[in-house]
Amino acid sequence: MGRKLLTEHINVEGIDTFEVYRKHGGYRSVEKALKTMTPDEVVEEVKKSGLRGRGGAGFPTGMKWSFLAKPEGIPRHLVCNADESEPGTFKDRHLMSKLPHLLIEGMITSSYALGANTSYIYIRGELLYVLRILEKAISEAYANGFLGKNILGSGYDLDLHVHPGGGAYICGEETALLESLEGKRGNPRNKPPFPAVQGLYARPTVVNNVESIAAVVPIINDGGDEYAKLGVGKSTGTKLFSACGHLNKPGIYEIELGVPVEEFIYSDEYCGGIWKGRELKAVVAGGSSVPILPKELILKTAAGENRLMTYESLSDGGFVTGTMLGSGGFIAMDETTCIVRNTWSFSRFYHHESCGQCSPCREGTGWMEKVLHRLEHGHGHMEDIDLLVSVAKQIEGNTICPLGEAAAWPVAAAVRHFRDEFEWHVTHAKEAARPGAVYPGKAVLA
Amino acid sequence: MAKITFDGIEIEVPDGTTIMNAARTVGGSIVPPAMCYYTPLKGSGGKCRACLVKVTAGSTKDPRPMPKLVPSCITSVQDGMVVENTVNQQVLDVRKGIVEMLLINHPLDCPVCDQAGECDLQNFAFEHGVSTTRYTEERRTFDKIDIGPLIQLHMTRCILCYRCVYTANQVAGDRVHGVLGRGDAAEIGTYIENIIDQDFSGNVIDVCPVGALTDKTWRFKSRVWFTKPVNAHRDCPKCSGNVLLWYKGKDVLRITARKDEYGEVKEWICNECRFEKKETSDWTIEGPAHIDRSSVISANHYELPVLNHSVVADLPESTQRELEKNPPLKLGS
Repeated sequence: MGRKLLTEHINVEGIDTFEVYRKHGGYRSVEKALKTMTPDEVVEEVKKSGLRGRGGAGFPTGMKWSFLAKPEGIPRHLVCNADESEPGTFKDRHLMSKLPHLLIEGMITSSYALGANTSYIYIRGELLYVLRILEKAISEAYANGFLGKNILGSGYDLDLHVHPGGGAYICGEETALLESLEGKRGNPRNKPPFPAVQGLYARPTVVNNVESIAAVVPIINDGGDEYAKLGVGKSTGTKLFSACGHLNKPGIYEIELGVPVEEFIYSDEYCGGIWKGRELKAVVAGGSSVPILPKELILKTAAGENRLMTYESLSDGGFVTGTMLGSGGFIAMDETTCIVRNTWSFSRFYHHESCGQCSPCREGTGWMEKVLHRLEHGHGHMEDIDLLVSVAKQIEGNTICPLGEAAAWPVAAAVRHFRDEFEWHVTHAKEAARPGAVYPGKAVLA
Repeated sequence: MAKITFDGIEIEVPDGTTIMNAARTVGGSIVPPAMCYYTPLKGSGGKCRACLVKVTAGSTKDPRPMPKLVPSCITSVQDGMVVENTVNQQVLDVRKGIVEMLLINHPLDCPVCDQAGECDLQNFAFEHGVSTTRYTEERRTFDKIDIGPLIQLHMTRCILCYRCVYTANQVAGDRVHGVLGRGDAAEIGTYIENIIDQDFSGNVIDVCPVGALTDKTWRFKSRVWFTKPVNAHRDCPKCSGNVLLWYKGKDVLRITARKDEYGEVKEWICNECRFEKKETSDWTIEGPAHIDRSSVISANHYELPVLNHSVVADLPESTQRELEKNPPLKLGS
């Protein structure tokens, strides 16, 4: 078994209470940071660790922190992005519901590093039960002197608030999240200015994912260098993966970055292989927004080596042949999966969740969904396939926020790797439109 | 000051100027189109993506190209920036795509639309679009919504530029309308079935780039190219009182605020001036407004009365200068 930094005690009875969490070494990072380190030293440790944002973009967390503007007399904020809602991604929910104090501990240490005295956890509105768990844990932290005025006698004050969102996927985009947190409609902002300069209430703000903030705890406890020893290359530490789809053991796994994809899918330690003894057909490695890859590409790199679960190895070849580690939403599809139907399903989601602010996303996501609906239901034409690619290209890179890419990449990648299957849906329209119909051929490797 | 190169032309503009406004200092056809950006409205811009340009060099300090196309209306210039607009194929291709997207749900009802002849989308499509569409699906339609006696909302024509929302927020006060819903189901609407009649609400008509918000007192009375725009003013306690009267014969069919060459309102006008003062006697006439020769509005070829300075002694100097610079068109010219 690989080393677990975040979920080591996740199955301990009562770990969601302050006493039990404390008994298992909880809040050590707060004590260490507040009593023995300056804020800059905490930032330095995070930089040394090489931690990359666990929300999807993979931007180095320490570097993001160092971009924070620090004008005199103006408050700064840390906002935890707990609006997890990408199809296939469900790791943060698990972490928060089982280990609420881990997140709170990370929030305190990180807020101290950033000089923030008011911090927020913006949680997806549907996760009401997790919100209650967090609220209870926060009140325990207040009661035990880890939140509020003069924490542990250090002179540092911190207030922590949990704020439920209204249930829109777009509010997981950091600037839309800030708009929503300010009480406005959750529309993404144009950048620049970036949140580090002008974020919540126009103040310098850092927005980090739940898992990124939780990872600060082991980084401070053991030191950034220790953390950086785990993983491969620039992908350091451990990462939570939410594995779902046609797997024998779907679930949430904390793995040391660098485990080969094949091992992750087939070994009994992790997903235990494809269910019912079937063949793997394709994988979406990092949540529904990242490009889908057929089995042959997800298991081997362009150089013919075993792919590793790292930020770099999954994206080698760029978006032409590669994909992304994303948020770790690992979706496996067996040989009976209809790629057209699957792509339509993803596309329907992004169409529904587009905020409608900018024209390419507002109009393009709906267009793609409708064309895919036609193809899936046996009314498509051959030229529709190129049309899909063209519309995806019109959206990609031309929108205010990354939802445009999230909508375009899955469609473009599906056509690129499974074009034969799309064509089969046109040439065998009646057959393809039958519920459960599956393309009998193989994927075409681009 | 920052020096930038825009389509090969060197421009020097104050720091903080946007790429769009830098291009506007040169003017002409190199200026990127804008469907949502509106200088007088704070926060507007960046949504329609019509003005995307390619920055091939970010600045003197960091000459790397910007990875994506950037919206010129909200991106500030940097010293040494190199921008490509009309000379970049990627930009032109994207613009074709944007026109196609905007026209998906915008009906081509120009023959009956009151905005015809002064529609930004019509101009944008003419300059950057293609004559066909690849869209064959069902289009978005809306039930008619009554938003009061002054303004007609045609939601089917709306391209969700948000200009009217900003106007309502920043100019009209007591805002009762905004964007409801999201994605392509988003719509401009009032909550709940309110009417829009605040004192400056009529300005939403002027800022609307398409015919989604039109003047109920002018609807279907004429085509814009059959009317004659005349500058006029009155002593108004609420606004500047500087307006355009749109004449057909002796009748004032509609009144709008005056706009600059980019179609942006120079001074907001109140609803009293816009909707209630439709008699010539209500106004001091300054003279005919200058209309660009390329505009369909100038097609009316009207003839001005011969100016006799002894008769029209109170004609403002600025109007006289304007008339000398742009002599009125003669019949048959």
